[in-house]
Amino acid sequence: MVNAWTVGGIVAVIAGLVGFFVVLRGSAFAAHAVPNGSFAGAAGAVWLNINVLAGLGAFALLGAAGIGWLGHRDRQDVATALTLVLLLGLGALFLSFTAESAPAAYSLLFGEILGVSNNQLVPTLGLAAGCVALIAFLYRPLLLSSVLSELGEVRGIPRQALELAFLACIALATTMTVPVVGTTLIFSLMIGAPAAARSFAGTPGRALVLSVAIAVAIVWLAIAAAYQLDLPVGFFVGVLSGAAYAIGRAWAAWRGSSARRSARLPASDGGPNDPASAGAFGGS
Amino acid sequence: MTQIAPVSADASPGTAPALAVEHVGAVLGGRQVLHDVSFALGAGELAGLIGSNGAGKTTLLRVILGLQAQSVGVVRIGGQAPGRRASGVGYVPQKFELDPDLPVRARDLVALGIDGNRFGIPLPSRRRRELVQAMLRAVDAERFADARVGELSGGEQQRVLIAHALIQRPRVLLLDEPLASLDLRSEHEVVALLARLAREQRIAVLISAHDVNPLLPAMDRVVYLAGGRAAVGRTDEVIRAEVLSELYGHHVDVLHLHGRVIVVAGPGGEQGSDLTLAHAHGTDLEVSP
Ligand SMILES: Nc1ncnc2c1ncn2[C@@H]1O[C@H](COP(=O)(O)OP(=O)(O)OP(=O)(O)O)[C@@H](O)[C@H]1O
Ligand SMILES: [Mg+2]
Repeated sequence: MVNAWTVGGIVAVIAGLVGFFVVLRGSAFAAHAVPNGSFAGAAGAVWLNINVLAGLGAFALLGAAGIGWLGHRDRQDVATALTLVLLLGLGALFLSFTAESAPAAYSLLFGEILGVSNNQLVPTLGLAAGCVALIAFLYRPLLLSSVLSELGEVRGIPRQALELAFLACIALATTMTVPVVGTTLIFSLMIGAPAAARSFAGTPGRALVLSVAIAVAIVWLAIAAAYQLDLPVGFFVGVLSGAAYAIGRAWAAWRGSSARRSARLPASDGGPNDPASAGAFGGS
Repeated sequence: MTQIAPVSADASPGTAPALAVEHVGAVLGGRQVLHDVSFALGAGELAGLIGSNGAGKTTLLRVILGLQAQSVGVVRIGGQAPGRRASGVGYVPQKFELDPDLPVRARDLVALGIDGNRFGIPLPSRRRRELVQAMLRAVDAERFADARVGELSGGEQQRVLIAHALIQRPRVLLLDEPLASLDLRSEHEVVALLARLAREQRIAVLISAHDVNPLLPAMDRVVYLAGGRAAVGRTDEVIRAEVLSELYGHHVDVLHLHGRVIVVAGPGGEQGSDLTLAHAHGTDLEVSP
Protein backbone atom coordinates (compact mmCIF):
# COMPACT_ATOMS: atom_id res chain seq x y z
CA MET A 1 0.00 0.00 0.00
CA VAL A 2 2.86 2.38 0.80
CA ASN A 3 4.37 1.44 -2.54
CA ALA A 4 1.11 2.26 -4.24
CA TRP A 5 1.18 5.79 -2.84
CA THR A 6 4.79 6.34 -3.83
CA VAL A 7 4.66 4.83 -7.28
CA GLY A 8 1.25 6.36 -7.94
CA GLY A 9 2.65 9.76 -7.01
CA ILE A 10 5.62 9.37 -9.36
CA VAL A 11 3.38 8.23 -12.19
CA ALA A 12 1.12 11.21 -11.63
CA VAL A 13 4.01 13.68 -11.70
CA ILE A 14 5.14 12.31 -15.05
CA ALA A 15 1.62 12.23 -16.48
CA GLY A 16 1.01 15.82 -15.39
CA LEU A 17 4.34 16.97 -16.82
CA VAL A 18 4.28 15.22 -20.18
CA GLY A 19 0.52 15.68 -20.45
CA PHE A 20 0.94 19.45 -20.15
CA PHE A 21 2.73 19.51 -23.50
CA VAL A 22 0.49 16.81 -24.96
CA VAL A 23 -2.49 19.10 -24.43
CA LEU A 24 -0.64 22.24 -25.54
CA ARG A 25 0.57 20.66 -28.76
CA GLY A 26 -2.66 18.88 -29.54
CA SER A 27 -0.94 15.48 -29.42
CA ALA A 28 -3.71 13.68 -27.54
CA PHE A 29 -4.07 11.07 -30.26
CA ALA A 30 -0.36 10.23 -30.11
CA ALA A 31 -0.61 10.03 -26.32
CA HIS A 32 -3.41 7.53 -26.81
CA ALA A 33 -1.66 5.53 -29.53
CA VAL A 34 1.76 5.09 -27.89
CA PRO A 35 0.52 3.48 -24.64
CA ASN A 36 -2.03 1.33 -26.45
CA GLY A 37 0.51 0.26 -29.04
CA SER A 38 3.06 -0.55 -26.34
CA PHE A 39 0.56 -3.08 -25.03
CA ALA A 40 1.60 -5.24 -27.99
CA GLY A 41 5.17 -5.16 -26.71
CA ALA A 42 4.05 -6.36 -23.31
CA ALA A 43 2.05 -9.18 -24.89
CA GLY A 44 5.11 -10.11 -26.94
CA ALA A 45 7.28 -10.10 -23.84
CA VAL A 46 4.85 -12.40 -22.02
CA TRP A 47 4.91 -14.75 -25.00
CA LEU A 48 8.72 -14.76 -25.23
CA ASN A 49 8.96 -14.90 -21.47
CA ILE A 50 11.19 -11.83 -21.19
CA ASN A 51 10.94 -8.72 -19.04
CA VAL A 52 7.58 -7.04 -19.63
CA LEU A 53 9.04 -3.58 -19.05
CA ALA A 54 11.56 -4.17 -21.84
CA GLY A 55 8.80 -5.21 -24.22
CA LEU A 56 6.71 -2.20 -23.27
CA GLY A 57 9.63 0.18 -23.70
CA ALA A 58 10.67 -1.24 -27.05
CA PHE A 59 7.18 -0.99 -28.50
CA ALA A 60 6.53 2.44 -27.01
CA LEU A 61 9.66 3.72 -28.74
CA LEU A 62 8.71 1.86 -31.89
CA GLY A 63 5.31 3.53 -31.84
CA ALA A 64 6.86 6.96 -31.26
CA ALA A 65 9.34 6.45 -34.08
CA GLY A 66 6.59 5.21 -36.38
CA ILE A 67 4.41 8.24 -35.70
CA GLY A 68 7.36 10.58 -36.15
CA TRP A 69 8.59 8.90 -39.31
CA LEU A 70 5.20 8.57 -41.00
CA GLY A 71 4.32 12.06 -39.78
CA HIS A 72 6.84 13.58 -42.19
CA ARG A 73 5.05 11.95 -45.07
CA ASP A 74 1.44 12.17 -44.12
CA ARG A 75 -0.89 14.06 -41.84
CA GLN A 76 -0.14 13.56 -38.16
CA ASP A 77 -3.47 11.94 -37.33
CA VAL A 78 -3.26 9.53 -40.26
CA ALA A 79 0.32 8.62 -39.33
CA THR A 80 -0.71 8.05 -35.72
CA ALA A 81 -3.69 5.90 -36.66
CA LEU A 82 -1.62 3.77 -39.03
CA THR A 83 1.03 3.18 -36.40
CA LEU A 84 -1.57 2.27 -33.80
CA VAL A 85 -3.33 -0.14 -36.16
CA LEU A 86 -0.05 -1.89 -36.96
CA LEU A 87 0.92 -2.27 -33.32
CA LEU A 88 -2.54 -3.46 -32.30
CA GLY A 89 -2.41 -6.08 -35.02
CA LEU A 90 0.89 -7.35 -33.67
CA GLY A 91 -0.56 -7.30 -30.15
CA ALA A 92 -3.49 -9.47 -31.24
CA LEU A 93 -1.05 -11.93 -32.78
CA PHE A 94 1.14 -12.12 -29.67
CA LEU A 95 -1.90 -12.54 -27.42
CA SER A 96 -3.12 -15.46 -29.52
CA PHE A 97 0.15 -17.26 -28.74
CA THR A 98 -0.29 -16.75 -25.02
CA ALA A 99 -3.96 -17.39 -24.39
CA GLU A 100 -3.33 -18.70 -20.89
CA SER A 101 -1.81 -15.43 -19.63
CA ALA A 102 -4.77 -13.27 -20.60
CA PRO A 103 -5.17 -11.96 -17.01
CA ALA A 104 -1.63 -10.54 -17.16
CA ALA A 105 -2.49 -8.75 -20.37
CA TYR A 106 -5.73 -7.49 -18.87
CA SER A 107 -3.83 -5.97 -15.96
CA LEU A 108 -1.79 -3.97 -18.47
CA LEU A 109 -4.92 -2.30 -19.73
CA PHE A 110 -5.93 -1.04 -16.32
CA GLY A 111 -2.78 -1.53 -14.26
CA GLU A 112 -2.44 -2.99 -10.81
CA ILE A 113 -1.38 -0.12 -8.69
CA LEU A 114 -2.45 -1.75 -5.44
CA GLY A 115 -0.16 -4.66 -6.15
CA VAL A 116 2.98 -2.63 -6.87
CA SER A 117 5.99 -4.45 -5.54
CA ASN A 118 9.28 -3.16 -4.18
CA ASN A 119 11.29 -4.15 -7.22
CA GLN A 120 9.11 -1.94 -9.42
CA LEU A 121 10.11 1.13 -7.46
CA VAL A 122 13.64 1.54 -8.80
CA PRO A 123 12.95 1.23 -12.53
CA THR A 124 9.94 3.53 -12.19
CA LEU A 125 12.04 6.13 -10.42
CA GLY A 126 14.83 5.86 -12.99
CA LEU A 127 12.52 6.26 -15.96
CA ALA A 128 10.75 9.13 -14.21
CA ALA A 129 14.02 10.97 -13.68
CA GLY A 130 14.92 10.52 -17.34
CA CYS A 131 11.54 11.82 -18.40
CA VAL A 132 11.70 14.89 -16.14
CA ALA A 133 15.20 15.69 -17.38
CA LEU A 134 14.15 15.43 -21.02
CA ILE A 135 11.12 17.68 -20.54
CA ALA A 136 13.17 20.24 -18.61
CA PHE A 137 15.79 20.21 -21.35
CA LEU A 138 13.24 20.73 -24.12
CA TYR A 139 11.02 23.12 -22.14
CA ARG A 140 11.49 26.33 -24.11
CA PRO A 141 11.57 24.94 -27.65
CA LEU A 142 8.52 22.79 -26.84
CA LEU A 143 6.65 25.78 -25.46
CA LEU A 144 7.54 28.09 -28.34
CA SER A 145 6.66 25.58 -31.03
CA SER A 146 3.42 24.71 -29.22
CA VAL A 147 2.32 28.34 -29.45
CA LEU A 148 3.17 28.64 -33.14
CA SER A 149 5.45 26.13 -34.81
CA GLU A 150 6.66 28.65 -37.41
CA LEU A 151 8.08 30.85 -34.66
CA GLY A 152 10.18 27.94 -33.49
CA GLU A 153 11.33 27.16 -37.01
CA VAL A 154 12.60 30.67 -37.71
CA ARG A 155 14.59 30.47 -34.49
CA GLY A 156 16.33 27.38 -35.81
CA ILE A 157 14.35 24.75 -33.94
CA PRO A 158 14.07 21.74 -36.26
CA ARG A 159 10.37 20.92 -36.23
CA GLN A 160 10.65 17.21 -36.94
CA ALA A 161 13.52 16.49 -34.57
CA LEU A 162 11.66 18.25 -31.78
CA GLU A 163 8.47 16.33 -32.50
CA LEU A 164 10.43 13.08 -32.41
CA ALA A 165 12.08 14.01 -29.10
CA PHE A 166 8.68 14.79 -27.65
CA LEU A 167 7.26 11.48 -28.85
CA ALA A 168 10.21 9.84 -27.11
CA CYS A 169 9.10 11.62 -23.89
CA ILE A 170 5.64 10.10 -24.34
CA ALA A 171 7.23 6.69 -24.91
CA LEU A 172 9.34 7.01 -21.74
CA ALA A 173 6.32 8.09 -19.72
CA THR A 174 4.35 5.19 -21.16
CA THR A 175 6.98 2.60 -20.29
CA MET A 176 7.10 3.57 -16.66
CA THR A 177 3.44 4.24 -16.11
CA VAL A 178 1.66 1.48 -18.01
CA PRO A 179 2.60 -1.37 -15.64
CA VAL A 180 1.28 0.71 -12.76
CA VAL A 181 -1.88 2.38 -14.03
CA GLY A 182 -2.37 0.71 -17.39
CA THR A 183 -2.65 2.03 -20.93
CA THR A 184 -6.17 3.37 -20.54
CA LEU A 185 -5.61 5.27 -17.34
CA ILE A 186 -2.32 6.90 -18.20
CA PHE A 187 -4.13 8.43 -21.15
CA SER A 188 -6.96 9.88 -19.07
CA LEU A 189 -4.43 11.20 -16.56
CA MET A 190 -2.28 12.77 -19.27
CA ILE A 191 -5.23 14.66 -20.73
CA GLY A 192 -7.60 15.38 -17.84
CA ALA A 193 -5.18 17.00 -15.41
CA PRO A 194 -3.36 19.35 -17.83
CA ALA A 195 -6.55 20.27 -19.67
CA ALA A 196 -8.05 21.33 -16.34
CA ALA A 197 -4.86 23.13 -15.26
CA ARG A 198 -4.71 25.40 -18.30
CA SER A 199 -8.21 26.64 -17.51
CA PHE A 200 -7.15 27.74 -14.03
CA ALA A 201 -3.64 29.05 -14.64
CA GLY A 202 -2.78 31.52 -17.39
CA THR A 203 1.00 31.26 -17.42
CA PRO A 204 3.01 28.29 -18.64
CA GLY A 205 4.93 27.77 -15.40
CA ARG A 206 1.89 27.89 -13.16
CA ALA A 207 -0.19 25.73 -15.49
CA LEU A 208 2.57 23.13 -15.56
CA VAL A 209 2.88 22.98 -11.77
CA LEU A 210 -0.90 22.88 -11.38
CA SER A 211 -1.14 20.11 -13.95
CA VAL A 212 1.26 17.99 -11.91
CA ALA A 213 -0.58 18.83 -8.67
CA ILE A 214 -3.98 17.90 -10.10
CA ALA A 215 -2.61 14.62 -11.49
CA VAL A 216 -1.12 13.70 -8.09
CA ALA A 217 -4.36 14.59 -6.32
CA ILE A 218 -6.39 12.46 -8.75
CA VAL A 219 -4.16 9.43 -8.31
CA TRP A 220 -3.99 9.60 -4.53
CA LEU A 221 -7.71 10.20 -4.21
CA ALA A 222 -8.35 7.32 -6.58
CA ILE A 223 -6.11 4.96 -4.59
CA ALA A 224 -7.76 5.92 -1.33
CA ALA A 225 -11.25 5.55 -2.75
CA ALA A 226 -10.44 2.24 -4.43
CA TYR A 227 -9.01 0.88 -1.20
CA GLN A 228 -11.96 2.05 0.86
CA LEU A 229 -14.74 0.98 -1.49
CA ASP A 230 -13.00 -2.00 -3.04
CA LEU A 231 -13.64 -0.77 -6.56
CA PRO A 232 -11.10 -0.55 -9.42
CA VAL A 233 -8.59 2.32 -9.21
CA GLY A 234 -9.11 2.89 -12.91
CA PHE A 235 -12.72 3.80 -12.40
CA PHE A 236 -11.79 6.58 -10.00
CA VAL A 237 -8.89 7.87 -12.08
CA GLY A 238 -11.15 8.15 -15.11
CA VAL A 239 -14.02 9.79 -13.26
CA LEU A 240 -11.82 12.20 -11.33
CA SER A 241 -9.93 13.21 -14.51
CA GLY A 242 -13.22 13.94 -16.21
CA ALA A 243 -14.45 15.86 -13.17
CA ALA A 244 -11.28 17.97 -13.00
CA TYR A 245 -11.69 18.85 -16.65
CA ALA A 246 -15.37 19.77 -16.20
CA ILE A 247 -14.59 22.03 -13.25
CA GLY A 248 -11.82 23.66 -15.28
CA ARG A 249 -14.18 24.38 -18.16
CA ALA A 250 -16.80 25.80 -15.84
CA TRP A 251 -14.18 28.04 -14.26
CA ALA A 252 -12.95 29.22 -17.67
CA ALA A 253 -16.50 30.02 -18.75
CA TRP A 254 -17.15 31.97 -15.57
CA ARG A 255 -13.85 33.81 -15.88
CA GLY A 256 -14.59 34.64 -19.51
CA SER A 257 -18.03 36.03 -18.82
CA SER A 258 -16.93 38.07 -15.81
CA ALA A 259 -13.98 39.47 -17.76
CA ARG A 260 -16.28 40.53 -20.57
CA ARG A 261 -18.63 42.17 -18.08
CA SER A 262 -15.93 44.09 -16.24
CA ALA A 263 -13.67 45.34 -18.99
CA ARG A 264 -13.28 45.28 -22.69
CA LEU A 265 -16.54 46.62 -24.03
CA PRO A 266 -15.01 48.90 -26.68
CA ALA A 267 -11.88 46.82 -27.22
CA SER A 268 -11.71 47.49 -30.95
CA ASP A 269 -12.33 51.24 -30.64
CA GLY A 270 -10.03 51.94 -27.76
CA GLY A 271 -6.68 52.62 -29.33
CA PRO A 272 -3.60 53.18 -27.23
CA ASN A 273 -4.02 56.93 -27.46
CA ASP A 274 -7.62 56.90 -26.53
CA PRO A 275 -7.89 58.46 -23.07
CA ALA A 276 -11.06 56.54 -22.28
CA SER A 277 -9.48 53.17 -22.90
CA ALA A 278 -6.23 54.19 -21.27
CA GLY A 279 -8.27 54.79 -18.12
CA ALA A 280 -10.12 51.52 -18.44
CA PHE A 281 -6.96 49.47 -18.80
CA GLY A 282 -4.64 51.62 -16.78
CA GLY A 283 -5.24 49.81 -13.51
CA SER A 284 -4.18 46.38 -14.67
CA MET B 1 -2.04 59.43 -35.38
CA THR B 2 1.08 61.26 -36.33
CA GLN B 3 2.20 61.45 -39.91
CA ILE B 4 5.22 59.35 -40.70
CA ALA B 5 8.00 60.94 -42.61
CA PRO B 6 9.84 58.58 -44.94
CA VAL B 7 13.27 57.67 -43.70
CA SER B 8 16.03 57.14 -46.17
CA ALA B 9 18.46 54.28 -45.98
CA ASP B 10 21.93 54.28 -44.55
CA ALA B 11 23.59 55.22 -47.79
CA SER B 12 27.04 55.76 -46.37
CA PRO B 13 29.51 53.88 -48.58
CA GLY B 14 31.25 50.92 -47.07
CA THR B 15 28.39 49.86 -44.79
CA ALA B 16 26.64 46.75 -46.00
CA PRO B 17 22.86 46.96 -46.33
CA ALA B 18 20.85 45.29 -43.58
CA LEU B 19 19.26 43.00 -46.14
CA ALA B 20 20.53 42.22 -49.61
CA VAL B 21 18.74 39.83 -51.94
CA GLU B 22 20.91 39.07 -54.96
CA HIS B 23 19.60 37.36 -58.10
CA VAL B 24 17.43 34.98 -56.12
CA GLY B 25 15.42 32.37 -57.95
CA ALA B 26 13.22 29.70 -56.40
CA VAL B 27 11.56 26.60 -57.78
CA LEU B 28 8.58 25.07 -56.00
CA GLY B 29 6.97 21.85 -57.16
CA GLY B 30 8.79 22.13 -60.49
CA ARG B 31 7.56 25.68 -61.08
CA GLN B 32 9.82 28.72 -61.21
CA VAL B 33 8.13 30.83 -58.52
CA LEU B 34 10.82 33.51 -58.23
CA HIS B 35 13.04 34.69 -61.03
CA ASP B 36 16.16 36.80 -60.57
CA VAL B 37 14.88 38.92 -57.69
CA SER B 38 17.36 41.52 -56.42
CA PHE B 39 17.00 44.35 -53.96
CA ALA B 40 18.64 45.80 -50.87
CA LEU B 41 17.30 47.44 -47.75
CA GLY B 42 19.22 49.69 -45.41
CA ALA B 43 18.88 49.93 -41.64
CA GLY B 44 15.87 52.03 -40.73
CA GLU B 45 14.22 51.51 -44.08
CA LEU B 46 10.70 50.25 -44.58
CA ALA B 47 9.72 48.51 -47.77
CA GLY B 48 6.55 46.97 -49.09
CA LEU B 49 6.62 43.61 -50.83
CA ILE B 50 3.61 43.94 -53.09
CA GLY B 51 2.04 41.27 -55.25
CA SER B 52 -1.25 39.50 -55.87
CA ASN B 53 -2.10 36.05 -54.54
CA GLY B 54 0.46 33.51 -55.64
CA ALA B 55 2.95 36.15 -56.75
CA GLY B 56 5.61 34.60 -54.53
CA LYS B 57 5.64 36.92 -51.52
CA THR B 58 5.63 34.19 -48.89
CA THR B 59 8.15 32.20 -50.89
CA LEU B 60 10.55 35.15 -51.02
CA LEU B 61 10.21 35.74 -47.27
CA ARG B 62 10.85 32.06 -46.57
CA VAL B 63 13.96 32.18 -48.73
CA ILE B 64 15.24 35.19 -46.77
CA LEU B 65 14.53 33.31 -43.53
CA GLY B 66 16.40 30.26 -44.75
CA LEU B 67 13.28 28.08 -44.44
CA GLN B 68 13.13 27.58 -48.19
CA ALA B 69 16.17 26.95 -50.33
CA GLN B 70 16.65 29.18 -53.35
CA SER B 71 17.69 27.59 -56.62
CA VAL B 72 20.10 30.41 -57.40
CA GLY B 73 21.28 33.65 -55.78
CA VAL B 74 22.28 34.75 -52.31
CA VAL B 75 20.67 36.47 -49.38
CA ARG B 76 22.89 38.55 -47.13
CA ILE B 77 21.98 39.85 -43.72
CA GLY B 78 24.24 42.73 -42.70
CA GLY B 79 26.59 41.75 -45.48
CA GLN B 80 26.90 38.13 -44.43
CA ALA B 81 25.31 35.09 -45.98
CA PRO B 82 23.49 33.50 -43.06
CA GLY B 83 23.82 29.83 -42.26
CA ARG B 84 20.81 27.63 -42.09
CA ARG B 85 19.58 29.54 -39.08
CA ALA B 86 18.58 33.01 -40.03
CA SER B 87 19.53 34.74 -36.83
CA GLY B 88 19.28 38.46 -37.19
CA VAL B 89 15.93 38.12 -38.93
CA GLY B 90 12.63 38.51 -37.13
CA TYR B 91 9.47 37.12 -38.68
CA VAL B 92 5.74 37.50 -38.26
CA PRO B 93 3.99 34.74 -40.23
CA GLN B 94 1.05 35.24 -42.57
CA LYS B 95 -1.75 33.30 -41.00
CA PHE B 96 -1.73 32.10 -37.48
CA GLU B 97 -4.30 30.85 -35.09
CA LEU B 98 -3.61 30.86 -31.39
CA ASP B 99 -5.61 28.58 -29.13
CA PRO B 100 -7.59 30.75 -26.67
CA ASP B 101 -6.98 28.18 -23.92
CA LEU B 102 -3.21 28.40 -24.27
CA PRO B 103 -1.79 29.22 -20.83
CA VAL B 104 0.61 31.75 -22.32
CA ARG B 105 0.34 35.47 -21.67
CA ALA B 106 1.43 38.09 -24.16
CA ARG B 107 4.48 38.76 -22.01
CA ASP B 108 5.41 35.07 -21.93
CA LEU B 109 5.40 34.93 -25.70
CA VAL B 110 7.55 38.05 -25.92
CA ALA B 111 9.99 36.54 -23.40
CA LEU B 112 10.23 33.43 -25.57
CA GLY B 113 11.57 35.75 -28.26
CA ILE B 114 14.71 36.21 -26.16
CA ASP B 115 15.68 32.58 -25.79
CA GLY B 116 12.84 30.33 -26.91
CA ASN B 117 15.28 28.24 -28.89
CA ARG B 118 17.55 27.48 -25.92
CA PHE B 119 17.42 24.32 -23.91
CA GLY B 120 16.67 24.09 -20.23
CA ILE B 121 14.35 26.05 -17.98
CA PRO B 122 14.70 29.85 -18.03
CA LEU B 123 15.71 31.52 -14.79
CA PRO B 124 13.56 34.52 -14.03
CA SER B 125 15.65 37.65 -13.78
CA ARG B 126 14.94 41.32 -13.36
CA ARG B 127 16.84 42.22 -16.51
CA ARG B 128 14.71 39.78 -18.49
CA ARG B 129 11.48 41.18 -17.06
CA GLU B 130 12.51 44.74 -17.82
CA LEU B 131 13.53 43.87 -21.35
CA VAL B 132 10.14 42.28 -21.97
CA GLN B 133 8.35 45.25 -20.44
CA ALA B 134 10.30 47.71 -22.58
CA MET B 135 9.51 45.74 -25.71
CA LEU B 136 5.81 45.57 -24.82
CA ARG B 137 5.87 49.33 -24.35
CA ALA B 138 7.59 49.84 -27.69
CA VAL B 139 4.74 48.12 -29.52
CA ASP B 140 1.95 49.62 -27.38
CA ALA B 141 1.04 46.25 -25.94
CA GLU B 142 1.40 47.00 -22.24
CA ARG B 143 -2.32 47.17 -21.56
CA PHE B 144 -2.89 43.56 -22.64
CA ALA B 145 0.47 42.17 -21.55
CA ASP B 146 -1.12 39.87 -18.98
CA ALA B 147 -3.93 38.55 -21.14
CA ARG B 148 -3.68 35.13 -22.76
CA VAL B 149 -2.37 35.55 -26.30
CA GLY B 150 -5.12 33.38 -27.76
CA GLU B 151 -7.79 35.67 -26.32
CA LEU B 152 -6.42 38.85 -27.91
CA SER B 153 -7.79 40.37 -31.10
CA GLY B 154 -5.97 39.87 -34.38
CA GLY B 155 -4.38 43.32 -34.25
CA GLU B 156 -3.28 42.84 -30.64
CA GLN B 157 -1.76 39.45 -31.45
CA GLN B 158 0.05 41.10 -34.33
CA ARG B 159 1.69 43.54 -31.93
CA VAL B 160 2.71 40.77 -29.55
CA LEU B 161 4.30 38.81 -32.40
CA ILE B 162 6.14 41.94 -33.53
CA ALA B 163 7.51 42.36 -30.01
CA HIS B 164 8.44 38.67 -29.92
CA ALA B 165 10.35 39.08 -33.18
CA LEU B 166 12.05 42.33 -32.22
CA ILE B 167 13.25 41.48 -28.71
CA GLN B 168 16.27 39.63 -30.09
CA ARG B 169 17.25 42.87 -31.87
CA PRO B 170 17.28 41.59 -35.44
CA ARG B 171 18.65 43.66 -38.31
CA VAL B 172 15.72 42.72 -40.45
CA LEU B 173 12.04 42.27 -39.67
CA LEU B 174 9.82 40.42 -42.14
CA LEU B 175 6.05 40.53 -41.87
CA ASP B 176 3.87 38.41 -44.12
CA GLU B 177 0.57 40.16 -44.85
CA PRO B 178 0.26 41.69 -41.39
CA LEU B 179 -2.61 43.88 -42.57
CA ALA B 180 -4.72 41.12 -44.08
CA SER B 181 -7.22 40.71 -41.26
CA LEU B 182 -7.20 44.20 -39.81
CA ASP B 183 -9.78 46.94 -40.04
CA LEU B 184 -8.77 50.33 -41.45
CA ARG B 185 -7.92 51.82 -38.13
CA SER B 186 -5.74 48.94 -36.89
CA GLU B 187 -4.17 48.79 -40.32
CA HIS B 188 -3.11 52.40 -39.99
CA GLU B 189 -1.87 51.86 -36.44
CA VAL B 190 0.22 48.82 -37.33
CA VAL B 191 1.81 50.60 -40.30
CA ALA B 192 2.60 53.64 -38.16
CA LEU B 193 4.05 51.38 -35.47
CA LEU B 194 6.27 49.56 -37.95
CA ALA B 195 7.50 52.81 -39.47
CA ARG B 196 8.35 54.11 -36.01
CA LEU B 197 10.12 50.86 -35.03
CA ALA B 198 12.14 50.86 -38.25
CA ARG B 199 13.29 54.40 -37.54
CA GLU B 200 13.88 54.10 -33.79
CA GLN B 201 15.47 50.67 -33.72
CA ARG B 202 17.33 51.02 -37.01
CA ILE B 203 15.99 47.83 -38.53
CA ALA B 204 15.07 47.10 -42.10
CA VAL B 205 11.37 46.23 -42.28
CA LEU B 206 9.88 44.32 -45.19
CA ILE B 207 6.08 44.05 -45.22
CA SER B 208 4.24 41.90 -47.71
CA ALA B 209 0.80 43.03 -48.86
CA HIS B 210 -1.46 42.60 -51.82
CA ASP B 211 -2.62 46.20 -51.65
CA VAL B 212 -0.08 48.97 -51.83
CA ASN B 213 -2.29 51.71 -50.40
CA PRO B 214 -2.06 51.16 -46.64
CA LEU B 215 1.72 51.23 -46.93
CA LEU B 216 1.98 54.34 -49.10
CA PRO B 217 2.50 56.86 -46.30
CA ALA B 218 5.24 54.83 -44.62
CA MET B 219 7.06 53.08 -47.42
CA ASP B 220 10.57 54.09 -48.48
CA ARG B 221 10.77 51.50 -51.22
CA VAL B 222 8.63 48.97 -52.92
CA VAL B 223 9.46 45.50 -54.16
CA TYR B 224 6.70 44.72 -56.63
CA LEU B 225 6.31 41.05 -57.52
CA ALA B 226 4.45 39.75 -60.55
CA GLY B 227 4.96 36.51 -62.41
CA GLY B 228 7.95 35.73 -60.19
CA ARG B 229 9.83 38.86 -61.27
CA ALA B 230 10.34 41.97 -59.22
CA ALA B 231 10.38 45.69 -59.92
CA VAL B 232 12.22 47.57 -57.21
CA GLY B 233 12.62 51.21 -56.32
CA ARG B 234 10.94 54.20 -54.71
CA THR B 235 7.17 54.05 -54.78
CA ASP B 236 6.84 56.77 -57.42
CA GLU B 237 9.46 55.05 -59.57
CA VAL B 238 7.82 51.64 -59.51
CA ILE B 239 4.09 52.21 -59.32
CA ARG B 240 3.94 53.59 -62.84
CA ALA B 241 2.13 52.31 -65.89
CA GLU B 242 5.32 51.74 -67.93
CA VAL B 243 7.15 49.84 -65.20
CA LEU B 244 4.25 47.65 -64.15
CA SER B 245 3.18 46.98 -67.75
CA GLU B 246 6.65 45.67 -68.44
CA LEU B 247 6.60 43.58 -65.27
CA TYR B 248 3.20 42.05 -65.97
CA GLY B 249 4.00 41.62 -69.64
CA HIS B 250 0.84 43.40 -70.73
CA HIS B 251 -0.60 46.86 -70.47
CA VAL B 252 -1.74 48.08 -67.08
CA ASP B 253 -2.93 51.48 -65.95
CA VAL B 254 -2.07 53.15 -62.69
CA LEU B 255 -4.87 55.38 -61.52
CA HIS B 256 -4.57 57.93 -58.76
CA LEU B 257 -7.79 58.55 -56.95
CA HIS B 258 -8.10 60.65 -53.79
CA GLY B 259 -4.54 59.85 -52.83
CA ARG B 260 -5.02 56.14 -53.47
CA VAL B 261 -3.27 54.15 -56.12
CA ILE B 262 -5.22 51.68 -58.18
CA VAL B 263 -3.54 49.29 -60.57
CA VAL B 264 -5.85 47.90 -63.23
CA ALA B 265 -5.45 45.90 -66.40
CA GLY B 266 -5.48 48.28 -69.34
CA PRO B 267 -7.68 47.88 -72.43
CA GLY B 268 -5.03 45.84 -74.21
CA GLY B 269 -4.47 43.53 -71.25
CA GLU B 270 -5.37 39.88 -71.68
CA GLN B 271 -8.07 39.33 -69.06
CA GLY B 272 -5.84 40.60 -66.28
CA SER B 273 -8.68 40.12 -63.84
CA ASP B 274 -6.40 38.76 -61.15
CA LEU B 275 -4.53 41.99 -61.28
CA THR B 276 -7.63 44.08 -60.97
CA LEU B 277 -8.90 42.04 -58.07
CA ALA B 278 -5.60 42.09 -56.30
CA HIS B 279 -5.32 45.82 -56.14
CA ALA B 280 -8.74 47.28 -56.27
CA HIS B 281 -10.80 46.69 -53.15
CA GLY B 282 -14.44 47.35 -52.57
CA THR B 283 -15.55 50.53 -54.26
CA ASP B 284 -12.35 50.70 -56.28
CA LEU B 285 -13.67 47.85 -58.37
CA GLU B 286 -15.94 50.30 -60.16
CA VAL B 287 -12.88 51.85 -61.73
CA SER B 288 -11.82 48.72 -63.58
CA PRO B 289 -12.64 48.72 -67.30
N1 LIG C 1 5.01 23.76 -51.56
C1 LIG C 1 4.70 24.22 -52.78
N2 LIG C 1 4.76 23.40 -53.86
C2 LIG C 1 4.46 23.86 -55.10
N3 LIG C 1 4.09 25.11 -55.36
C3 LIG C 1 4.01 25.97 -54.34
C4 LIG C 1 4.31 25.58 -52.99
N4 LIG C 1 4.14 26.64 -52.19
C5 LIG C 1 3.75 27.65 -53.00
N5 LIG C 1 3.69 27.25 -54.27
C6 LIG C 1 3.33 28.09 -55.43
O1 LIG C 1 4.20 29.17 -55.46
C7 LIG C 1 3.52 30.34 -55.85
C8 LIG C 1 3.84 31.46 -54.88
O2 LIG C 1 3.28 31.15 -53.65
P1 LIG C 1 3.38 32.14 -52.42
O3 LIG C 1 2.76 31.46 -51.25
O4 LIG C 1 4.77 32.60 -52.28
O5 LIG C 1 2.47 33.34 -52.92
P2 LIG C 1 2.03 34.64 -52.10
O6 LIG C 1 2.44 35.80 -52.92
O7 LIG C 1 2.49 34.59 -50.71
O8 LIG C 1 0.45 34.51 -52.20
P3 LIG C 1 -0.67 34.94 -51.12
O9 LIG C 1 -0.93 36.39 -51.31
O10 LIG C 1 -1.85 34.13 -51.55
O11 LIG C 1 -0.18 34.59 -49.76
C9 LIG C 1 2.05 29.98 -55.93
O12 LIG C 1 1.69 29.89 -57.28
C10 LIG C 1 1.94 28.65 -55.26
O13 LIG C 1 1.00 27.87 -55.93
MG1 LIG D 1 1.61 34.48 -48.88
